Amino acid sequence: MAILVIAEHNNARLAPATLNTLAAAAKLGGDLHVLVAGSGCRAVADAAAQASGVAKVLLAEAAGFEHQGAEALGSLVAGIAKDYSHVLAPASVFGKNLLPRVGALLDVQPISDIIAVEAADTFKRPIYAGNAIATVQSKDAIKVITVRATGFDAVAATGGAGVVEALPVVSVDLGGSSFVGAELVKSERPELTAARVIISGGRGMQSGDNFHLLEAIADKLGAAVGASRAAVDAGFVPNDYQVGQTGKIVAPELYIAVGISGAIQHLAGMKDSKVIVAINKDEEAPIFQIADYGLVADLFKVLPELAAELDK
Amino acid sequence: MKILVAVKRVVDYNVKVRVKADNSGVETANVKMAMNPFCEIAVEEAVRLKEAGKAREIIAVSMGPASCAETLRTALALGADRAIHVETDAELQPLAVAKLLRSIAAAEQPGLVILGKQAIDGDNGQVGQMFAALMGWPQGTNAYKLEVGGEELTVIREIDGGLETLRLRLPAVITTDLRLNEPRFASLPNIMKAKKKELAVKKPDELGVDIAPRVATLKVEAPAGRSAGIKVGSVAELVDKLKNEAKVIQ
Repeated sequence: MAILVIAEHNNARLAPATLNTLAAAAKLGGDLHVLVAGSGCRAVADAAAQASGVAKVLLAEAAGFEHQGAEALGSLVAGIAKDYSHVLAPASVFGKNLLPRVGALLDVQPISDIIAVEAADTFKRPIYAGNAIATVQSKDAIKVITVRATGFDAVAATGGAGVVEALPVVSVDLGGSSFVGAELVKSERPELTAARVIISGGRGMQSGDNFHLLEAIADKLGAAVGASRAAVDAGFVPNDYQVGQTGKIVAPELYIAVGISGAIQHLAGMKDSKVIVAINKDEEAPIFQIADYGLVADLFKVLPELAAELDK
Repeated sequence: MKILVAVKRVVDYNVKVRVKADNSGVETANVKMAMNPFCEIAVEEAVRLKEAGKAREIIAVSMGPASCAETLRTALALGADRAIHVETDAELQPLAVAKLLRSIAAAEQPGLVILGKQAIDGDNGQVGQMFAALMGWPQGTNAYKLEVGGEELTVIREIDGGLETLRLRLPAVITTDLRLNEPRFASLPNIMKAKKKELAVKKPDELGVDIAPRVATLKVEAPAGRSAGIKVGSVAELVDKLKNEAKVIQ
C-alpha cells in the first residue's frame, strides 16, 4: 500500500521539514504520495512532485483550505487515509495540530515525534523530554505518525518525477473555526529548525535588549537566534525563540549556547547538534557536560570579542 | 458556562528520570509526582475566566490510579469547583483518554474544555486535538491568549514563526502553551477548603469506553550519551577550533 505524507507549506513554498518527513516515509516501503492542501498552492504541489522518491502529489485546492485549519484538513485527510498504510506529517506545530485529529477520526492511536523507523509498524520516539527513548509498535491498521525532522536527513528537493493529481473538492467545512489573522516574525535570518548554525541566549543575557549581541554574531554566521525557556519565561524574547522540550527541537551543525545553564528541558531540544559551544561564567553549569567547546567567561565581554574575531 | 479542565499527574519536572534496568519503562516508584505544568496553566486559565464572570463552574478531570485524587485536590485548591476521577490502574493512551473525556463531556455539557498542550512524561501532545475531533468541536492548540465572549472565543496561538489568531465557535477545545498565564500557588485556606469539595470516582467501563492500548511499548532505553569536550581559554582559541578542528565555520 502507498504512504501518504502531508505537506507543510504556506501556499507558496514547501516547508523543508516535509523533505525530512519524506525521508522517514521512504524507510517504510511503499509508493510515496504527498498531499498538498491549500489555496493557490499549485507551485507547492509542483515542488513536492520533484522531491526525490515522490510518485504522486494529491492537490486539494479550495478557499477553505487557505489557512489549513485542523478541522477542515482533518476531515480531508481522514477521508482519503483508508487507501494508505501510513499517514505522516512533520512534528511541527502544523503537524501536531492536525494529525491527532486525523487519528481520532480514524479510531487510530497516533505516534508522535518519531526519530527512527525500526520496521513498518515499529518506531523510536523520545519521551520524558528525551531522557528516555521508547521503541513502540502500532497495532492499528493505519499508522498515523508525526516525524521529528532532526531524526531524518532530508530527501533531495529535486530529481523526483511525481505526477500531480487534483482532488475534487466539493465543499469545505471549517468546523467552527475561522481565521482572523497571523503575525509572523519577519526575519532575514534562517528559521530555527532549518538553520545550519544557531546561537541561543539564556537567563544570563539579563534582558531582551542584550539579545542584539547575539544577533550581531548570528548575522556574521548566517545563524538563527534561539533562547532557553528561562529567557522566554523572563520575557526577554518571544516563545517562538524557545529551544527545548516545550519549544523547538533543533540539531544544527553548530549550536552556541550563551548564558544558558543547561537545564534538562533545554538540553532535550539541542543535544543532537553536531558541535556544541557553551559560553557561561559559571564553570559548574551543566551545559559544559555536553559541550564540545566550553568557554568559562563573562558573556558581555566575550560576545563583542567574538564578533570582532569573526570579522578577521 | 461550565469549563472542563483535564489534569494529569506526572513525574515532577525537576526530577531527572531514570530508565528501569529491565528497559520496561522509567522509574516512577518513590519519585516526586506533580500536576503536569501545562495542566496547571489550564486550571489557572479556567479560574481566571470564572473570576472574570465568563464561567459558572469549573470541573477538573483526571484519569489514572488512586493517587490522581491528590492531583485533583490540587486543582480544587487552585479554584476548580468539583472533580471527577476516572480511576484505573491500566495504561491509558491518548485515544482512550479522549474517549473517556468524550463520555464525561456528554454528561456535563461544558461550553469550553481546557487542557495542557502536552504532558511532560509521554510528550504525545494529542489528547486535546483527538477529543475535539471526537466531539466535532473546533480547537485552539498552543494558546497564548484567550478571550471568551458570548457564543465564541478568540484565541491567539503560538505557531512556528509567530502568532495566529482564530475565532472558534463554542463549545471548543483549548490547549495551553507556556505564556498563556502564570499559575498561582494554592493558599493554605484554599487547600483546606478543597478537602470538602466533591470528588466523584468513575471507572472506564462505567463510562462505556474500551481503553485497550493500541500501541505496545517494546522497550525504553536511556538516550545515547554525549561526553564533555574541552575548555578553551580565549575567544581566539574558540574561533580557531571551530574553523580548523570542527570545521563548522569558515
